[in-house]
Amino acid sequence: MHTRDASADNAIQLERLEFAWPRGAPLLDIEHLVVTRGEHVFLQGASGSGKSTLLSLLGGVLLPGAGRIDVLGTDLTALSSAQRDRFRADHFGFVFQQFNLLPFLSVRENVLLPLRFSARRRAAVARRGDAQGEADRLLAALDLDPARHARRAAGSLSVGQQQRVAAARALIGDPGLLVADEPTSSLDADARAAFLALLFGECRRARASVVFVSHDGSLAALFDRTIRLSVVNRVPGIGASR
Amino acid sequence: MSLLSLTLKSLRNRLGTALLTAFTIALSIALVLGVQRIRSEARASFASTVSGTDLIVGARSSPVGLLLYSVFHLGDATNNVSWQSYREIAALPDVAWSVPISLGDSHRGFRVMGTTPEFFAHYRYGARHALEFVAGKPFDDVYDAVLGAEVARKLGYAIGTEIVLSHGTGRVGVADHKDKPFRVVGILARTGTPIDSSVAVELAGIEAIHVDWQSGTRIPGQTVSAAQARQYDLTPKTITAFLLGLKSRIATFGVQREINDYETEPLSAILPGVALQQLWSLVGLAENALLLISALVVLVGLAGMVTALMTTLGERRREMAILRALGAHPRLVFGLLVLEAGLLTLLGAIGGVVLLYGVLAFSRGIVMDEFGLGLSLSLPSLLEWELLAAVFIAGLVAGAIPALFAYRRALADGLSLRT
Repeated sequence: MHTRDASADNAIQLERLEFAWPRGAPLLDIEHLVVTRGEHVFLQGASGSGKSTLLSLLGGVLLPGAGRIDVLGTDLTALSSAQRDRFRADHFGFVFQQFNLLPFLSVRENVLLPLRFSARRRAAVARRGDAQGEADRLLAALDLDPARHARRAAGSLSVGQQQRVAAARALIGDPGLLVADEPTSSLDADARAAFLALLFGECRRARASVVFVSHDGSLAALFDRTIRLSVVNRVPGIGASR
Repeated sequence: MSLLSLTLKSLRNRLGTALLTAFTIALSIALVLGVQRIRSEARASFASTVSGTDLIVGARSSPVGLLLYSVFHLGDATNNVSWQSYREIAALPDVAWSVPISLGDSHRGFRVMGTTPEFFAHYRYGARHALEFVAGKPFDDVYDAVLGAEVARKLGYAIGTEIVLSHGTGRVGVADHKDKPFRVVGILARTGTPIDSSVAVELAGIEAIHVDWQSGTRIPGQTVSAAQARQYDLTPKTITAFLLGLKSRIATFGVQREINDYETEPLSAILPGVALQQLWSLVGLAENALLLISALVVLVGLAGMVTALMTTLGERRREMAILRALGAHPRLVFGLLVLEAGLLTLLGAIGGVVLLYGVLAFSRGIVMDEFGLGLSLSLPSLLEWELLAAVFIAGLVAGAIPALFAYRRALADGLSLRT
């Protein structure tokens, strides 16, 4: 079902991507954008510039009006809705700005949740041992003691702790691509640095590419490369002029 | 983690709202089942007001009319039946037993029924229950009276109480038979039939109190004491109706035809079961109206559930967006909501049944005492199971409304919330 081609070495490749909401003005018009495998990219853009929309396109939740989106060698625009959902479940890890976790599940249940939707990730975890052990290992790697926190309700954690649980959930089963949407905006400077250090360490271990979206340019130095949406997006008033 | 487990945990997170919603559904289900239970028990009780009697015979009239005045003691007979005709029919070879009934008098609003001691031996109600005495015994004297359970309870009478019968059937007698009081010798156990609200006396007693009466009024200047009346021939000239038991059920239609074709006087013989069904079909409209109202209550209960689910959708958009990010198809979001509605309805159904049996256990004694209606604690009937299944399916369909909203919103929101 997946169509592989010469771009298979890229984690993400966008070609002549265009997107507009129904009955809305054009929001995104990207001629060419590439993120290589294992690369950690900082995607910077102002509020309303289409960052979250771009993430939905990368995740296969939205489809572009025109153009092509290759992720890990697969053209998402050629897949059906159900195939894109499965692809997202298999290859993506998401960390959001807030409300990352399902508050009625425990910390460990939240981390294990992606396995519910992906046989590939279940198999990846099974190769290393049992799922619960992998969840606890990730929590420990992100500086959360499983013995203390794994059974706690996710909603009872601090914001910083919740972000680390969300990171563990995004990374379980080696997704290949981690997408983070302003995950540090509600953290103070020390917590932000610690969170990113832990996140990067675990992503390198898993050889996962990272697309990190933020309007906070001070974080750019921590990444392999910075992509300014205002530069790559050609839509007047949203892209180049901002 | 299974879909069910996810739904249960989500529901537990909103336990208060979920329980309130389920309770609303439980109340409506208890109501609809309760109405159905009362309906079927009332129908069964009504249909078995008289059982074991093969034919009821009275002056020519409609079956329902004859049933109403002879069994339910409602209204008056169009005409009487001569004693002679009664004796002749009672002597037919297929007749096993006969019980004459004479109506027309009352005691403080309760109908008085003149009959013979055979009445207590042969009258059956419900599942062929015989009449039972909670106190005393059947009458064996002209001025003995046996009270129905309701009469004894309401008037506070006991064995030995003297009562005066009134001419006519109004609550206040137009003329009392004060000179010939009766003595209570027996009190019947409750039957849930019109017997409970009747006073039974010897047929001869009815004759005795009327020996100095003519055309509904006392004969001027003529006074016959109770003791003197005993000396009279107290064989009635007419009776209101009579019950027949046949030796064989097969003979029923033959005897019925014979009576309906009786040449000496125009008579009607009716099959009690058939007439009871006809009568029930007349009151069935009210019964259906009751069921319709309770169905509307169930609709209101389900509408409450839809409202409760809809109001949670706003706060659960992020939950749905997270599930979408993890790879959940919008169909799963739809399924979660429908499953949630199904679980709430199921919980409501279980709660409704528990509530129903709780209320039944608590109130059945009161209902029996106040309304003479026996409510059983039996397992739900097939119809009640069907009602429960219908409510459950209706709950799933109702749940599809918010689920569809969630589905469409999950498609529109994507990984971020669009406002």
